[in-house]
Amino acid sequence: MMKTWFKSGSPWIWLNAAAVSTCLIMVVGVLGLIVARGVGHFWASPIVSMSYQEDDGQIKTIIGEHVDTTVTPAAMAKSTGFKMAANEDVLIQYLIKTGNRDLTGSDFRWIQERNVKSQAEPADLIVVERREWGNFYGKLTAVKENDKVIAEGEKAWDVLQDRLKIALDLHEQIAHLEKKEIGAINYALEQLRLEQRGLELKNKWSAETATEFANRKAAYDVNYKKYQTELADLYQKVRRDSLIATTESGDELAIPLSKVVDIFQPNKMGLFAKVGHYVEKLSEFLSEDPREANTEGGIFPAIFGTIMMVIMMSIIVTPFGVIAAVYLREYAKQGFTTRLIRIAVNNLAGVPSIVYGVFGLGFFVYILGGSIDSIFFPEAAPAPVYGTPGLLWASITLALLTLPVVIVSTEEGLARVPKAIREGSLALGATKIETLWKTVLPMASPAMMTGLILAVARAAGEVAPLMLVGVVKLAPTLPLDGNYPFLHLDRKFMHLGFHIYDVGFQSPNVEAARPLVYATSLLLVLVIIGLNLAAILIRNHLREKYRALEG
Amino acid sequence: MSTSETRSHSFDASSILRSTHDHNVPVEPCLRVENLNLYYGKKQALFGINMEMPKKKVTAFIGPSGCGKSTLLRCINRMNDLVDNVTIDGKILLHDDNIFDKSVNVAALRRRVGMVFQKPNPFPKSIFENVTYGLRIQGINDKRVLEETVENSLRGAALWDEVKDRLNDNALGLSGGQQQRLVIARAIAISPEVLLLDEPASALDPISTLKIEELINELKEKFTIVIVTHNMQQAARVSDYTAFMYMGELIEIGATSQLFTKPSKKQTEDYITGRYG
Repeated sequence: MMKTWFKSGSPWIWLNAAAVSTCLIMVVGVLGLIVARGVGHFWASPIVSMSYQEDDGQIKTIIGEHVDTTVTPAAMAKSTGFKMAANEDVLIQYLIKTGNRDLTGSDFRWIQERNVKSQAEPADLIVVERREWGNFYGKLTAVKENDKVIAEGEKAWDVLQDRLKIALDLHEQIAHLEKKEIGAINYALEQLRLEQRGLELKNKWSAETATEFANRKAAYDVNYKKYQTELADLYQKVRRDSLIATTESGDELAIPLSKVVDIFQPNKMGLFAKVGHYVEKLSEFLSEDPREANTEGGIFPAIFGTIMMVIMMSIIVTPFGVIAAVYLREYAKQGFTTRLIRIAVNNLAGVPSIVYGVFGLGFFVYILGGSIDSIFFPEAAPAPVYGTPGLLWASITLALLTLPVVIVSTEEGLARVPKAIREGSLALGATKIETLWKTVLPMASPAMMTGLILAVARAAGEVAPLMLVGVVKLAPTLPLDGNYPFLHLDRKFMHLGFHIYDVGFQSPNVEAARPLVYATSLLLVLVIIGLNLAAILIRNHLREKYRALEG
Repeated sequence: MSTSETRSHSFDASSILRSTHDHNVPVEPCLRVENLNLYYGKKQALFGINMEMPKKKVTAFIGPSGCGKSTLLRCINRMNDLVDNVTIDGKILLHDDNIFDKSVNVAALRRRVGMVFQKPNPFPKSIFENVTYGLRIQGINDKRVLEETVENSLRGAALWDEVKDRLNDNALGLSGGQQQRLVIARAIAISPEVLLLDEPASALDPISTLKIEELINELKEKFTIVIVTHNMQQAARVSDYTAFMYMGELIEIGATSQLFTKPSKKQTEDYITGRYG
C-alpha cells in the first residue's frame, strides 16, 4: 500500500508543492511585514489624553500617540519587578509616543493599563512636527508676532495656518538661497582658490593674474553680500511669529514657526483629511532631505544616491562584461587557459562582498584615486579629490562585484546564437567582426540584459562594500547638481541600504526611527523592483525583436 | 595518400562533359577542382577530387550520407575555414584563380560564391534588412539602390508577390519555404557568380520543394549553380550534370541524363538503383 503510494510519485509532488509554498509564504511574509510596519507610519493616528496615576500615587495627564501594547503574564511581570495584585493574571502595558523630547528627555513612555484612570481624545490637541526635538503634543493657546499676541483661543488655529504657510514659504526661500545661490558661489570660490593654487604650483602666478583673480573674487563677493543681506532679511521675517502651546503638564511653551514643519489636529480630521495628510507625508518622505540625524524627514538623497550608483555601475559593468565575454567566447582559443579563466571568473562571484569593499578602498580609492589626485589635482592637496571614497569608486567596486554575472550570461547568450546564423552572415561576405556586430551581438543582447538585471539586483541591495568606498550617513550635496561639471563623481552619497542600517541601529532615537526602517526597506525593495522591471521590459522587447530560429 | 592512388578514382571530367553535351558548343568551366584532399585532423574526408563545374549550369552532388559532398561544397566558398583542424591541399580554381591562394580575400570570395544552407537561416531582422544585409556590409546605403535590389532579388527568388506588402515585417514570420527563398534572394542580392545550394529543399514540404526546384531552373540563366542533394529524383529534375560521390571520393561525373541512364561505374549504378545509400 505504502509502496504503491511511493511509486505513484505523489509524495514527490507533495514535497515539491510544499517547498514552493514555503518559498511563497516567506516572500509574502517578508513583504507583508515591511508593508504593514512601514506604510502605517505616515497615518495620522489619534492622540489620546489620559489621566494616569504614577507609582507615587500622583495623578498626571499624559498626551500622546498609542504605539504598541504588550501583555505580560503575572509571574513574569513579578520577576521583572512589577507589584502584582493576587487577582491580576496579566500586566498590560502601553507604549505611548509622548514627544516633547526637549521637555521630558525622551519621546516614548511605557505605562501600565491598570493605572490609567480615564482617557479621551480631545479634538483640540495638536501635533507639531518640528525641525528639532521631534514632535510636540499639546494644546494651542495663542499665536504671537514679535512677542505680541495676535490671536487666542478659537481663532488661534486659523491664524496659525496662515502664519505657518508664510513661514514655510520663507523657509523654502532661505533653503533655496543657502543651497543653490550661496552654494554655487561657494563652489565657484573654491574652484577659484584651486585655480590660483594650481597657477602658483606651476609658477605662473603673477601680479597680472593676481589682479584678475581679485576682480573675479570681488564679483563673487558682491553677489555674496547681496544674498547675505537678502538672507538676513528673510531670517528676520521668519523668526517673527511663534505659537504658544500648553503641554500635558500645563506648562506653556513657545515654538517659533521657523522651527515648524507641519501642524495638524488628528482628532479633528475626517477620513478624507487623513488620507490627504497621508499622501502629503508620503510625498514628503520621498522628496525631502532627512532631519534630526536621519530619524525624521525624507530620504530623497538616499533614493537618488542608490539609483545614481546603480546606473553608474550598469554603465561601467556592461561594456566590460560584454567585451570580456566576446573575447572568451568568440576569439580566445578554447583550451586549458580559457577554462581556467572561466573558473576564476565564476569564483569571483562567490567572494564575500566586503572583500570587494576592502579591495576597492585599498586599490581604487587609495592607489588609483591617490595617483589621480597627485597627477591631476595637485592644487587641492592636502585635501583629496578622488583619493577618498566617493560615487565613482563605489560604482566601480560594485561593477567589479557584478562583473562575473554579466560575463557568464553574455557568454551563454553568445553560445545560443545558432551557427547557421553566423554562417549565413559569413556566406554573404561579412567578416567575423561584421558578423559579430551586425548579427551575433544584437541576438545576444537579451542575455546581456539578463546579466544586467542580475547585476542590478545584486548591486542595489549591497551595503557592506559601500560603507568602505563612498556611502555616508549624511551627504550635504547630491552627486548631480547645477554646478559645472554637473555630475560630481568624487562626491560621497547616501544609499537606502546603508540608511536602513544607520537609522535602525546607529541613530540616537531608535524607537522613533523604527517605522522609518520598515518604510525605507519597503522603498528599497520597490526601487530594486522598479529597476529590475525596467531592465526586464527592455529585455523582453529585445527578445521579441531578436527571437532566434526555432530549434 | 599518393597522387597516383587518388588519380585512380578520377578521370578527365571535362572530356565527358563535352562528349555528352552538344559537341559544337564547348562548355566553359566556371569552377575547376584539382587534386583536392581534405583532412579533419588526421582523418581524411576528401580524396583527390578532380572535377569541373560548367558556367551557368546546374551541377548536382549526390551520394550517401557522410560521403563528403557537403564538405566539398563548403570548400568552394571556404566555409571549412571556420572548422578547427581542417587542412586542405589541392586547388579549386574560380576562373583560373586558386581560391586557396594566400592573397585571396575570403570575404570577397564569398561575395562571388554565394551559399544557401540546408535549413533556412534568415536573420532576425525585417525582410528588407535580410536582403540588403550583404549590400550594407559592402557599405552600400543608398536607399534607391537598396530598394531596387530588394525588388529584383525577391523577384529573382520568386518571393516578391508574396512579401511586397510587408517588407518591414520580421523575416522569421515567413513560412519555411518562403524563408528559404528569402535566403536565396539574400544570396543573389550581392550578384555572385556561383550559388552553392546545400540540400536547399530537404527541410521543406513538397510544395515548397517544387517552388525551389522551379526557382533553380530560372536561376541557372544567371548563375553557376552547385547543389548537394539527397534526393536523386531532385538531382535528375534540376541538374544538368551530376557527380556521384562515395566515401570521400568522386566516383563519376557526367551529364545528368547519361549518369542516371547509363552510369559507367558499377558503384553509381548500385546507388541509383537503390542497392545502398
